[in-house]
Amino acid sequence: MQDTYNYTVVRQFSIMTVVWGIVGMLVGVIIAAQLAWPALNFDVPWLTFSRLRPLHTNAVIFAFGGSALFATSYYVVQRTCHVKLFAPALAAFTFWGWTLIIVLAAITLPLGYTTSKEYAELEWPIDILITVVWVSYAIVFFGTLIKRKTPHIYVANWFFGAFIVTVAVLHLGNSAALPVSMTGMKSYSAYAGVQDAMIQWWYGHNAVGFFLTAGFLGMMYYFMPKQANRPVYSYRLSVVHFWALAFTYIWAGPHHLHYTALPDWTQSLGMIMSLILLAPSWGGMINGIMTLSGAWEKLRTDPILKFLVVSISFYGMSTFEGPMMSIKTVNALSHYTDWTIGHVHSGALGWVAMISIGAMYYLIPRLFGKKEMYSVKLIETHFWISTLGVVLYIAAMWISGIMQGLMWRATNADGTLTYSFIESVQAMHPFYVTRTIGGLVFLIGMFLMAYNVWKTITASDAKAVDAVIPAPAH
Amino acid sequence: MDDFVSSFWPWYIFVIVAGSIIWLFYLVLSQSHGVKDKDHKIEPTGHKWDEDLEELNTPLPRWWLQLFIITNVFGLVYLFLYPGSGLFGGLLGWSSADYRDTGATGQYETEMADADAQYSALYEGYLKQDIATLTADKDAITTGSRLFSTYCIQCHGSDAGGAPGFPNLRDSDWLWGGEPDQIKHTIAQGRIGAMPAWGAVLGKNTRDVTAYVLSMSGKKSSGDLDIGKEKYDQLCVACHGADGKGNIALGAPDLTDNRWLYGGSARSVEKSIIEGRNGKMPAFGEFLGEGKVHLLTAYVYSLSY
Repeated sequence: MQDTYNYTVVRQFSIMTVVWGIVGMLVGVIIAAQLAWPALNFDVPWLTFSRLRPLHTNAVIFAFGGSALFATSYYVVQRTCHVKLFAPALAAFTFWGWTLIIVLAAITLPLGYTTSKEYAELEWPIDILITVVWVSYAIVFFGTLIKRKTPHIYVANWFFGAFIVTVAVLHLGNSAALPVSMTGMKSYSAYAGVQDAMIQWWYGHNAVGFFLTAGFLGMMYYFMPKQANRPVYSYRLSVVHFWALAFTYIWAGPHHLHYTALPDWTQSLGMIMSLILLAPSWGGMINGIMTLSGAWEKLRTDPILKFLVVSISFYGMSTFEGPMMSIKTVNALSHYTDWTIGHVHSGALGWVAMISIGAMYYLIPRLFGKKEMYSVKLIETHFWISTLGVVLYIAAMWISGIMQGLMWRATNADGTLTYSFIESVQAMHPFYVTRTIGGLVFLIGMFLMAYNVWKTITASDAKAVDAVIPAPAH
Repeated sequence: MDDFVSSFWPWYIFVIVAGSIIWLFYLVLSQSHGVKDKDHKIEPTGHKWDEDLEELNTPLPRWWLQLFIITNVFGLVYLFLYPGSGLFGGLLGWSSADYRDTGATGQYETEMADADAQYSALYEGYLKQDIATLTADKDAITTGSRLFSTYCIQCHGSDAGGAPGFPNLRDSDWLWGGEPDQIKHTIAQGRIGAMPAWGAVLGKNTRDVTAYVLSMSGKKSSGDLDIGKEKYDQLCVACHGADGKGNIALGAPDLTDNRWLYGGSARSVEKSIIEGRNGKMPAFGEFLGEGKVHLLTAYVYSLSY
């Protein structure tokens, strides 16, 4: 019997990517509606914005994005190393462990258990579980890499590897805390004051940099050339932009703390390193888009390729916008406004979600012994719906954010503020409604995807197939 | 630049920052072969993965290389001009604020001084006029209303109509007095209104006192009015007075006017009696300065007269 790849854990994570995508985005639509119509908080503590918002961010970043990263990294590392996954029992544990963490998050956050650290709200017992699962993930991934039958490590694996190592460091550093008791769900951060703020944004920005960027660039480097059937544009560019990106991102956190108690020298360094980050980020975009050169005509007919190319375009746009917003003068206008929310979502919906969706449409038929998805036409529909949703969302937030920033700083001839805060809140209402609609449109696309996936994997000729490992090419 | 507890840290930062930027230059230049070579032949590197994954040996795009170098050079220039390299505070001598109280002028102090220079004459001019004059001055009242929208509406509401626990400023009912000097004192110095908790003292008689207090405003609720009055005359009279008219020296509300700071239902009046209430108007004098407090006084005064 020929040896096959371990697709079981890939299948599990792929299905859950779709499920958690719907859950996370549904909560997102609910809280967007709550901002437009506060009555939707219903005066029920478990349903208030303050508790559902961390549930939304955790669900989309770690449940949806995380499952997509687990699925694709396990698939890619096996196929580009020409070996079966190392430690299959541990790999199975990462799926059940990660799923348990998500379920615990969905229970504890609405109940009000929180460290109050953004994107790291889960309390200490869950943090310990995250550490255990993540170390297991690292063992499986790097174990497979060590066992590889290919002489070189494929570029996608550099990015997945950097993502796994750095997220471990970030999680351990930022979540360091002293529990109040061994049985209670309450702990206090190991850091205080401005040091706590700095550690928080060192973590927060690199959650973006390594979880939502490096990891998904790993995805891009496999699925883009595969779907386009073209070689990666430039090996040299991938080398330079990988090292420069990994090196520079880690400095950029202070741009979240401009004009605060953070010392000036720290703010300066955060700003210049954010600007230097532009070229390394764009290196990934160039390598992704230019991989398609010579095969542009495929874009007309292949909706999966459309998802991938548009996601890379959003990546390029967000990574231009980010450095620009880190400039202190721009930040003085944009900080604390909806512009930041728009920026985050052009990255989260436009880049992270769309590349994950594209990768899943590539992956799922292959995991279930099918040539393609149940309906390619439905993928096309999903693509246009998603694009419309993202554009509505971010355009609303850009206008609202810049308007807020300008209203807050407007002064009269007598030196008083032109607008009271509540007037700026009132002015945001139509944009909050538009944003809710944009999010809802994107969510509808996810339901189409779920239907398409369901029809694909329940088709009479669909069955869980593990591909045979070919002899390594030399 | 005295953020550091020892002379080691500034050097530590300087060495890492300088080393990092040098390293970035080295990284990009070490990989820039072929950028200028027009005859460079683009072909696969010869590595292959997963049946058909290959990479081309395309050199770095020239414009990308230039972008990388420009941002690095900008970073270096910025570090010469602004704080960022350890002890060196930058050639411009800029700081965001004098956050260590060293007496140095930062951007914050400069901007505040500029604003003072620009607007202080206006407010000093208003300060010379009495409140009655200002109430008739449309410009003064407009500025006053803008100040009110910035500093007061969070509690008193954008229409100054108040909210439970936060007084309505448009009626003629004043806890601490409605004369200009009294209003000004309230804004500048703040007020603390304390109603003690009588639950433990009154026990089951709280209902009776509630009924008596409500009866002063002509409202009815269940309870023995005679016992209520007896208890009132012992415990409440000191602040609210025998006739229930209150006392502006203490901020004790008038109980006879059917106007209620915390609500006029039997339940909320009883809650006030059992648990007491603590009202706090913050002091704005030091923060806003005399001129703005004077204008706010005129505006608040104009609301009810």
